[in-house]
Amino acid sequence: MALTLDDVSRIAHLARLDCPPAQAQALLGQLNGFFDIVETMRAVDTTGVQPLYTPLSSVQEVALRLREDVVTETNQREANQVSAPAVEDGLFLVPKVIE
Amino acid sequence: MSAHLFGVADGLKALADKKLSSLEWTNALLERVAAHEALGAFLHVDAAAARAAAAQADTRRAAGNSAALLGVPLAHKDIFVTTAHPTTAGSKILKDYRSPFDATVVARLNAAGTFSLGKLNCDEFAMGSANENSAYAKVHNPWDATRIPGGSSGGSAAAVAARLLPASTGTDTGGSIRQPASFTGITGIKPTYGRCSRYGMIAFASSLDQAGPLARSAEDCALLLSAMSGFDERDATSLQQPPQDFHAQMLKARDGASAARPLAGLRIGLPKEFFPAALDADVNSAVRAGLAELEKLGATLVEVSLPRTELAIPVYYIIAPAEASSNLSRFDGVRYGHRCEDPKDLLDLYKRTRSEGFGPEVQRRILIGSYVLSHGYYDAYYLQAQKLRRMIADDFQQAFTQCDLIAGPVAPTVAWKLGEQGDDPVKAYLADIFTLPGSLAGLPGMSVPVGSGAHGMPVGLQLLGNYFQEGQLLHAAHALQRATDWHRATPKGF
Amino acid sequence: MTAPKLIRGYEVVIGLENHVQLSTASKIFSGSSTAFGAAPNTQASAVDLALPGTLPVLNRGAVERAIRFGLAVGAHIAPLSIFARKNYFYPDLPKGYQISQYEIPVVQGGKVRFFVGEQEKVINLTRAHLEEDAGKSLHEDYHGQSGIDLNRAGTPLLEIVSEPEMRSAEEACEYAKTLHALVMWLGLCDGNMQEGSFRCDVNVSVRKPGAPFGTRREIKNLNSFKFLIQAVHYEVNWQIDEIEDGRAIQQATVLFNPDTGETRAMRSKEDAADYRYFPDPDLPPLLIGADWIERVKAELPELPAVMAARFESQDGLLSQDAQMMTASLPVARYYEAARDACKAPKLVANWVMGEISRRLNAEEKEIDQAPVGPALLAALITRIQDGTISNNAARQVFESLWAGESDDVDALIEAKGLKQMSDSGELERILDEVLAANAKSVEEFRAGKDKAFNALVGQAMKATQGKANPGLVNELLKKKLTAV
Repeated sequence: MALTLDDVSRIAHLARLDCPPAQAQALLGQLNGFFDIVETMRAVDTTGVQPLYTPLSSVQEVALRLREDVVTETNQREANQVSAPAVEDGLFLVPKVIE
Repeated sequence: MSAHLFGVADGLKALADKKLSSLEWTNALLERVAAHEALGAFLHVDAAAARAAAAQADTRRAAGNSAALLGVPLAHKDIFVTTAHPTTAGSKILKDYRSPFDATVVARLNAAGTFSLGKLNCDEFAMGSANENSAYAKVHNPWDATRIPGGSSGGSAAAVAARLLPASTGTDTGGSIRQPASFTGITGIKPTYGRCSRYGMIAFASSLDQAGPLARSAEDCALLLSAMSGFDERDATSLQQPPQDFHAQMLKARDGASAARPLAGLRIGLPKEFFPAALDADVNSAVRAGLAELEKLGATLVEVSLPRTELAIPVYYIIAPAEASSNLSRFDGVRYGHRCEDPKDLLDLYKRTRSEGFGPEVQRRILIGSYVLSHGYYDAYYLQAQKLRRMIADDFQQAFTQCDLIAGPVAPTVAWKLGEQGDDPVKAYLADIFTLPGSLAGLPGMSVPVGSGAHGMPVGLQLLGNYFQEGQLLHAAHALQRATDWHRATPKGF
Repeated sequence: MTAPKLIRGYEVVIGLENHVQLSTASKIFSGSSTAFGAAPNTQASAVDLALPGTLPVLNRGAVERAIRFGLAVGAHIAPLSIFARKNYFYPDLPKGYQISQYEIPVVQGGKVRFFVGEQEKVINLTRAHLEEDAGKSLHEDYHGQSGIDLNRAGTPLLEIVSEPEMRSAEEACEYAKTLHALVMWLGLCDGNMQEGSFRCDVNVSVRKPGAPFGTRREIKNLNSFKFLIQAVHYEVNWQIDEIEDGRAIQQATVLFNPDTGETRAMRSKEDAADYRYFPDPDLPPLLIGADWIERVKAELPELPAVMAARFESQDGLLSQDAQMMTASLPVARYYEAARDACKAPKLVANWVMGEISRRLNAEEKEIDQAPVGPALLAALITRIQDGTISNNAARQVFESLWAGESDDVDALIEAKGLKQMSDSGELERILDEVLAANAKSVEEFRAGKDKAFNALVGQAMKATQGKANPGLVNELLKKKLTAV
């Protein structure tokens, strides 16, 4: 499955990464090199096999543990915002969000 | 004995016998840390805070406090968030980031009485096998400064091998504890998935990441792992089991064992796929020497098969980047971390921040991950990989019907030269072949030093156990280390 | 089955997606409070802010409410369901993905019944799933920047998806209202639409009858039923205009502007919305056992439809009146309490639908805040039933009760001198006088003019200053007129 420059550009946008043309070409080569080794995997017959999303479910039933509906967090705004790039009136500032 | 030579177990004994104080120990280490800055092991050191913590530990000890690891100095891989030091994950995108909370693993070790000298260098977001992907500095192997220490826990391994620390914490997603331990001649363990809490461990691949200790003996690893591990209600993948005393489990004699043959009855499986023709002869020799010692101690070696070993590479390199691509979306310059200057709009904020903040390997993996999850490709790549993952896990269960532990090399070669991988990331991926299968299955695994290979570089023996069998792994490793002294070898000049 | 009404020759196809904020105390994946109105980011924990290293843990209360909903609409509760990550970038989405459910939701299928006028409709649900709400971006301008408040990020949502079976704005509105009443009835949601507790996304398309489904556009975030109707009407006509002008409808997400009454496609065109869904590795599968479902079933309140049927059969209420008495659980509880106290179901229903409803609407109060509680209403109704006062008089007493002048019905009757004249003897005497004074009417009545009877009743009431018991007057007059 060979990627094209269009693919690279589309995926970079999805991932919110810049990809200037010079870089895109080199990246394309590396990505295609990677997908070569991945091709072997695609051909394997996996009919009837359930995906393994969480490792231990291969040997036991793993059920999601739930927590009680109780408020346990207090206001930690100052501590939580200590590394914030731009804050005013307790709000995180970003370039204007236009709908 | 010079204070910096103490490991965890003998250091604790010296503290208890009042032959050593925590402050003396810490001062000795800080001197060495400063002297060996060129290794690149540390990203951040806070000497004053370390001394203060050491002094406090001494006071507490004098007052009768008996926390299990009271007064042991160590340091944390910069993947663990800490309140006491900045956390960068080896990335520019988190430069100067200060977490308001400690990772659970860090908090547990603090509660057990340890304290940290600072933060250890690692590959950016734990993505790498050589610690050449850190945005800040490369790490050098103490055995040969022109060579890599392994990755992603390169700083953690180098610091322990160079005797800058008795022990450190690391993380292992595809081999990032085992491989650097192997390349630097120390002992490391990646426990069963879920054994250690991932809360506060900056996520790379959530279904694979595990925390673990690196030290100079299995015994030290057991002591640390006991403190680090345990159920955490803030991690929904945390194993719901009572606290484990891995040290006790390590010491517990096997049924039918004797002093001369402590491993009598232990069947060690050697997957034929772990000993391919392509395996470097020097690595094979060292590994075989280690296995021979285990046999002398009473273990039986049996041949087993893990037929899908090679598939582990594409399977891992589909799943890990996929999960990472999503985990790293939160780094967007909005709430913390790096933000590009004067973003002209939202799109510019995101793109420039992330492109400036993430290194090339991280960007590569984010792209791969986004691609394999994208519309039209999910079934062929991600879903297929997760199905193969189950088959790989099943292969292990099949093998474990014939043996108790699985053994083999950690890596196909010894540590390579800095810069050798060049522009070919795929070559590095291929070298992970022996550690990836165990990671995908979520099984516990160790690396134990078994002497040296080419260029006098260390070689590690990998031991893999079935789920929850850390005790058995540590027991075998400990028996080996009681009978041999490969783990005591010190790099020249250290 | 009536044919769907066409608009300019087109059939309208509507499906709804409702986002219901669940009434848990804490958030779906963190222990932060869900209380509305806190200062920005004071209810946003490390997990809510997606600080590095944080992880989600699922709130049992959210799951319980999903089960409750599923049981109430007769849906299948999935014994195993999966949480998935929906990946996209937006400043109010801290992780860069929303934890939701994709391939295997917790609630599957189900039905919602309601009336449009006299017509009963049943709409099938596709599914309902749990997910987390996003934060908010504030409209105030911070020197050209937007301010992001993440208090709301992580609030549990139940997204309820209907099949595209509605055929008019009115149907969509009634469906939404029914769903709204139901989630409040079940105690899942406070239903406060101004605060965003219950939101409607409406998928609208048009087609010529018999043609395949047209391309739909999604009107997002409608938070009032009035706007829902307006938005749908505008959108339908817009789509028809486009088609008639020869343009194809492009799939789009649109916003409704209440000031202009128009819908408009959003600026941020979602890149064909590639959300790259995959199961969240931080959350193993949610398993719901039969015993949990049984427990929730046992604690489920009687559903409105069942209760309404009971009011019809046991209390003799008309279907429509039974519907009104089960419009909300507080109303139903009020009705039952009053009914039990005075044993006059129809009168209670009339008073609730009439005098009480009117005042509650005018004062923007809920029935729980009514100054006249069920016991007091029952006491008043008892005095109507036992003939002490007439209906008209009762209204006057009620006025005073509501105003809080007194809570003693008898005292008010006394003070206002509203006691009906029910003394037959006295009444007979007065009637004889009336008949004597109104010979003409008597003759007309005897001649077959029924209207004359009413005139005589009127005269009798006048003669008693309205205090005569009308029922008794009727009875006695009839007797006198037929006797002679």
